[in-house]
Amino acid sequence: MTLLNLSWKNLSNKPLTMLLSLVLFALGVGLISFLLLVNHQISEKFEKNLAGIDLVIGAKGSPLQLILSSMYHIDAPTGNIPIKGVMPYLNPKNPFIKAAIPLSLGDSYRGYRIVGTTANFLELYQAKVRTGRSFKAVMEVLAGATAAQELGLKVGSTFQSSHGLIEDDNLVHEGHAFKVVGIMKPTGASIDQLLLTPAQSIWEVHEHAGMGAAPAVEEPEEAEHEHNDEEHAAEDSIAENHAESTEQVNGIALTNQEEDHQNDDEAPHDHAEEHHLKSILEYPDKEITALLLQFNGHNITTLNLQRMINQNTSMQAATPAIEITRLYSLMGVGQDALRWLAFIIMGVSGLSIFISLFSSLRDRRYELALMRTMGASPGKLFAMIIMEGLLLAVFGYIIGLLISHGGMELLAGEMKAAYRYTFTGRTFLIEEGYLLLGALAVGFIAAVIPAIQARNTDISDTLAEG
Amino acid sequence: MLTTKQLQFSYTRNQVMNFPDFNLQKGEHWLLLGQSGSGKTTLLHLLGGLLSPSSGSIQIGTTELGQLRASALDQFRGKNIGIVFQKSHFVRALSIGENLALAQQLAGLKPNRERIIELLERLNIGDKLRLKPDRLSIGEQQRAAIARALINQAPIILADEPTSALDDHNATEVINLLEEQAKAQGSTLLVVTHDKRLKDRFPNQIAL
Repeated sequence: MTLLNLSWKNLSNKPLTMLLSLVLFALGVGLISFLLLVNHQISEKFEKNLAGIDLVIGAKGSPLQLILSSMYHIDAPTGNIPIKGVMPYLNPKNPFIKAAIPLSLGDSYRGYRIVGTTANFLELYQAKVRTGRSFKAVMEVLAGATAAQELGLKVGSTFQSSHGLIEDDNLVHEGHAFKVVGIMKPTGASIDQLLLTPAQSIWEVHEHAGMGAAPAVEEPEEAEHEHNDEEHAAEDSIAENHAESTEQVNGIALTNQEEDHQNDDEAPHDHAEEHHLKSILEYPDKEITALLLQFNGHNITTLNLQRMINQNTSMQAATPAIEITRLYSLMGVGQDALRWLAFIIMGVSGLSIFISLFSSLRDRRYELALMRTMGASPGKLFAMIIMEGLLLAVFGYIIGLLISHGGMELLAGEMKAAYRYTFTGRTFLIEEGYLLLGALAVGFIAAVIPAIQARNTDISDTLAEG
Repeated sequence: MLTTKQLQFSYTRNQVMNFPDFNLQKGEHWLLLGQSGSGKTTLLHLLGGLLSPSSGSIQIGTTELGQLRASALDQFRGKNIGIVFQKSHFVRALSIGENLALAQQLAGLKPNRERIIELLERLNIGDKLRLKPDRLSIGEQQRAAIARALINQAPIILADEPTSALDDHNATEVINLLEEQAKAQGSTLLVVTHDKRLKDRFPNQIAL
């Protein structure tokens, strides 16, 4: 019979007392571990989706909303902006801009968002085509891994989009069928949930349906944009210059074609269709919802760009990192409260272990003295009681992790609906290792006073009392 | 085998207990008689190394108890002295068999299942091996306690009022068993009691 075995028998001899301590301990551990899991996975997803984007330009409104809608695809878009206004940033010759990705949002298919964009959107998330090829022509769709799986889309599938971001049969754009030409490998980023198509597809669907230039925009806002365009036409003169230069526009078209080649090994016969897809710089009068920018390093020009856009144009520019930090600090309050609650529960569970060990010692004084007469050293009794505290901590820890990870798996479905991300309970964090150390510390501290008492048991006195 | 010399013990400064010198040979059975409060239990605790005398010496075999330090004394006691108490106590979380195995282990010996079963059979409680102590009757518990005192074949068996809580029938049976088993393994037996029923059974007696 090992010491461990003996401690275990002592504990299991009082199953109800043990249960109480275990339940409390498991609750504390489970809550902390759950918070760690949620926190870790949310920030992991958020960070994955940052994808090195330095600035997002969109319609005026809440900057957080702009970031959430255009980068995380979890909020409604703020509105639309005319391509004319963002011409200088779209130009590939702009020395300050490494990449500029336009997004047209506002349509969806059975709850999955359709994003009108360009091929370099894939590079942003290092997304790769798994089957089929990338979109090359209007109305072609490259589906994200999760979206394809959940919607049952395959290469060759067709579907009709609906207006707005929620499923609504009354808002289906009839007569405009999207055709799936490829499916992406999973990336773990929000791109998995999206249906990508050229920006032109969105315009096509809406123009022919007579719903205006782009879906998310509201009429007054649109009017405002046009009005403002004239106002800041002067300061955007670079844009005008670039736009007028057909040479450069062709250059962009060329780049796009090259990118398409990289993503496309299987379908060289589609070359004929490529000329349909002109650079969006050729549509200065059309609108997009947002423009994602990556800078070529940070300098005074890029630093001032955001302020310049916010002060001088009808558009707004938002920095993802800042907005996400703001979001964290908003969520942080609730999380802090929960974390404190978890620590309090841990403390109470430590206290319950202490009380149960302490009161069990009073019943077991004679036993302890007896063990001494049978040859047990005081150190052995000390170790036995400490072991009981540690055993409770370890079992409480294990049950706690089962609760949090099991709960995470169960809640994953609901969380997915809320955050549009897949969560999993089948992952373990390094912090949970520290949590084990913390749990052992609580078990040890709770047991140390009873253990000292056990060690100091006066054999003769105890036995004489009978 | 068990020798005491000028043994003294005091709980407080003014109250000094003096104990007679005695010398028990190997295999002898002795009775230590005395009224309540005469220091019987104190003497037994001194002999068992549970208390340290304020002066005098106790020698068991060739070992001077006073020379042993803390954990060495614990080990020595576990191996060489079997004690039967007035009320039989056990580690309640363990079965009778596990209690005996624990006694072997705490003495630093390997648990020996055959020995445990054989001993319980001899004491007529072989069927209680897997039961928790509180499932046994008082008489059975006392037998199990004797089994625990004997399990390590200790050369010295000390019994503190082993019969005082028992009726005549059980008392006779328990003392018979004690004598039988001590004899079987050649242990020196010292029974401390005020129980008049035992007076005539032991030719060797010490009075306090």
